[in-house]
Amino acid sequence: MTGPGSTPVLTKTVGASGADKGPGAPGGGRARRALEGAATPLRGLAGLAGLVILLQVLPHSGLVSADYLPPASEMGRALWGLLAEDAFWTALGDTLTGWGLGLAIAVVAGVMAGIVIGSVPVLRAVTASTIEFLRPIPSVALIPVAVLLYGTDLRSKLLLVVYAAFWQVLVQVLAGMQDVDPVADDTARSYRMGSWGRVRYVMWPTALPYVMTGVRLAATVALVLAITAELVIGSPGLGNQIAVAQTSGAVPRVYALVLVTGVLGVAVNLVARAVERRALHWHQSIRREG
Amino acid sequence: MLDVRNLQKIYAGRNRSVEALRNLSFHIGAGELVCLVGPSGCGKTTLLKCMAGLLAPTSGEVRLDGRPVDGPPPGMAVVFQEYGRSLFAWMNVRDNVALPLRRKKLGKARERELVDHALEVVGLADAHQAYPWQLSGGMQQRVAIARAVAFEPKVLLMDEPFAAVDAQTRAELEDLIRRLWHELGVTVLFVTHDIDEAVYLGQRTIILSASPTVVLEDLTIDLPDERDQLHTRSSTRFAELRAHVYEQIQRAKHHNGDTDPPMADRSDELALQKSES
Amino acid sequence: MIRTTVLTMARRVSLVLGLPAVLFAVWWFATAGSTDFYVPPLSTILQKFGEVWTGERLLSDVLPSLLRLTAGYLLAVVIGVGLGLVVGMSRVARDVLEPVLELFRAIPPPVLVPVIMLFAGIGDTMKVLVIVSGCMWPVLLNTVEGVRAVDEVLSDTCRSYGITGTSRLRHLVLRSASPQIVTGMRQALSIGIILMVISEMFAASNGLGFTIVQFQRSFAIPEMWSGVLLLGLLGFLLSLLFRFAENRVMAWYQGLRRAQRNT
Repeated sequence: MTGPGSTPVLTKTVGASGADKGPGAPGGGRARRALEGAATPLRGLAGLAGLVILLQVLPHSGLVSADYLPPASEMGRALWGLLAEDAFWTALGDTLTGWGLGLAIAVVAGVMAGIVIGSVPVLRAVTASTIEFLRPIPSVALIPVAVLLYGTDLRSKLLLVVYAAFWQVLVQVLAGMQDVDPVADDTARSYRMGSWGRVRYVMWPTALPYVMTGVRLAATVALVLAITAELVIGSPGLGNQIAVAQTSGAVPRVYALVLVTGVLGVAVNLVARAVERRALHWHQSIRREG
Repeated sequence: MLDVRNLQKIYAGRNRSVEALRNLSFHIGAGELVCLVGPSGCGKTTLLKCMAGLLAPTSGEVRLDGRPVDGPPPGMAVVFQEYGRSLFAWMNVRDNVALPLRRKKLGKARERELVDHALEVVGLADAHQAYPWQLSGGMQQRVAIARAVAFEPKVLLMDEPFAAVDAQTRAELEDLIRRLWHELGVTVLFVTHDIDEAVYLGQRTIILSASPTVVLEDLTIDLPDERDQLHTRSSTRFAELRAHVYEQIQRAKHHNGDTDPPMADRSDELALQKSES
Repeated sequence: MIRTTVLTMARRVSLVLGLPAVLFAVWWFATAGSTDFYVPPLSTILQKFGEVWTGERLLSDVLPSLLRLTAGYLLAVVIGVGLGLVVGMSRVARDVLEPVLELFRAIPPPVLVPVIMLFAGIGDTMKVLVIVSGCMWPVLLNTVEGVRAVDEVLSDTCRSYGITGTSRLRHLVLRSASPQIVTGMRQALSIGIILMVISEMFAASNGLGFTIVQFQRSFAIPEMWSGVLLLGLLGFLLSLLFRFAENRVMAWYQGLRRAQRNT
């Protein structure tokens, strides 16, 4: 897979990191790993605790002004305050609506376009250069257009989210459709399976893991763009809340909101990963054979 | 030269520990070619890693020229089974062979000479600029051997180096090892699970038990020094030795450090000579 | 013989340029004589493109943007790879820092703009810092991943040949992590472009993002469209440049993958 690292706006294919590990590892490797594995979550918690302590100490030490970086306790208080506000939950809802709706549109459109283009070789050849041209266009370039056309409306947000997420899905679906095992395809042909049958029973199952990767990447990108739209255009949502807090000088609130967006990002990533793993679980054996 | 004394290796885990090596002792003289054979999963790789200084034993020690091995010793080169993983995929053949020499600061001319010669003797004189992944498995293993040769080691450890190549290539590579050993006068320890190979290659074959591992037998291979694939392998003596090692390995599958005392003296219908060194 | 090559060449050119040409033509003719204020004729946009972006603005807006992007991106790569090596090579450091790094990486980079403005005002420093703080994470985390995945056999090989210290770092660790590092750098590049634009849209007195928003606010619609076009072109060219560099530096890796796929 593309490292747990495949976030925002990126990577082309699944399995980007290469070398297959052959048999290796001496007999006791597993035992050793089990020993080390036990400490891992604790160490991770220690790391997070360390960050909180650092944030608490830094402003007090005078190294950084508390005006810019309030101590962790104040951020915590601001966060607590947020959780009691209706406005916060509305904003969170707005962000998630834009994210979910945009992602759904992008996935449906990306998958459909991918299947059509991927199953017709001529279409694939003709569209390749156009896709390569359109994909790297930063979707923030569309911000002025979105503002002009839709103002701070939800559609503005959707335009950015869908544009950014669509390519993630499309490119992965195309890569997946191309990964079809020639033997499987020949088998399907020899059983006189029609072209729709080949798409349905040969290409689609092969492409599914790629689709899931595409959805995972798109989910992260969609969140980034939803919040960006709110921040820059001013559509209602967490991003807009941050902009408002910043202009009104509510510094701890800015940090609390930033933390919320981070946690949201982690959550999106974890959920997308879990969904992907489930989808891949039964699939793995099929791919191995192929 | 190379001494293994009461070597024991236990992998400690949280709930259980695995004793891979029980109690191993043997000696390899300077300039010898010794094969180490044992049933699958008998800790051969663990033993080799301990000898190469890549893994610290739980107790016992390995000595090279009288000095205990506590890290990779300078005069030693290792050739691993996984040729695909032991070469630098981002370097061409020549750089792969030359890299370990850089630290020796031999001077450009000497370095070039060593690399040229090493690639020449393994039969890769034309492949200097190729990348490892452009070569077949057998050729890749030749690169790894050339790298070891250029390093001018006193001891060459080989961990099942031909386990992953096809049979014909394997025969060629076996003869290559015999030839290099003759020409370079290097001490070679050759680990294998292939019984034919264990008999064909060495002057001695050390047979290991199943894990936890002990030495079952230290067998002298009294075949003539001049060997070739056709005649040696069809000789009666080869067949006898092979059958003997085969029996021992079969036995070894059910015997280990827990069931057998180390170096048990066995009645031996073939009346083979044992060398107790 | 020559005829067939010419034919395949022609075929390839038509495949590459065919659809873009059609799309261009559709845009051109669909908007030709357009009276919709928001959708000016393509001919007008292209004419403005020439006027707006070739003169003084090239130096006063495009260049500063690109310089900030370059500075921020390179800094992020250096910091990301450096820290990634340190974290990746120590198991303890990896365990301790991984959740923290994952959290930082999950923060949508644009929200860092208001935070960094607190510290660094609205000058060049702020914009470069924003780009660094957004681009760093994918490089860092991918480097960690790459360093962690250094092959055990290769690592043993290096040890037994006495290749240690900086030599090991240079010839083994960095090189074998390079596919992941490049993946991280590719992700970082697209984030960098986004942040370059966002930071300028938020608060700036020059730059691409700033100018385009100015056009939009003053309803200079054809000029705005030409800016959108320029941003798109920039994204495309930078990714082309990146791919060109990648093909050169990572030729060994692409060859290796091809070899593995064929077995």
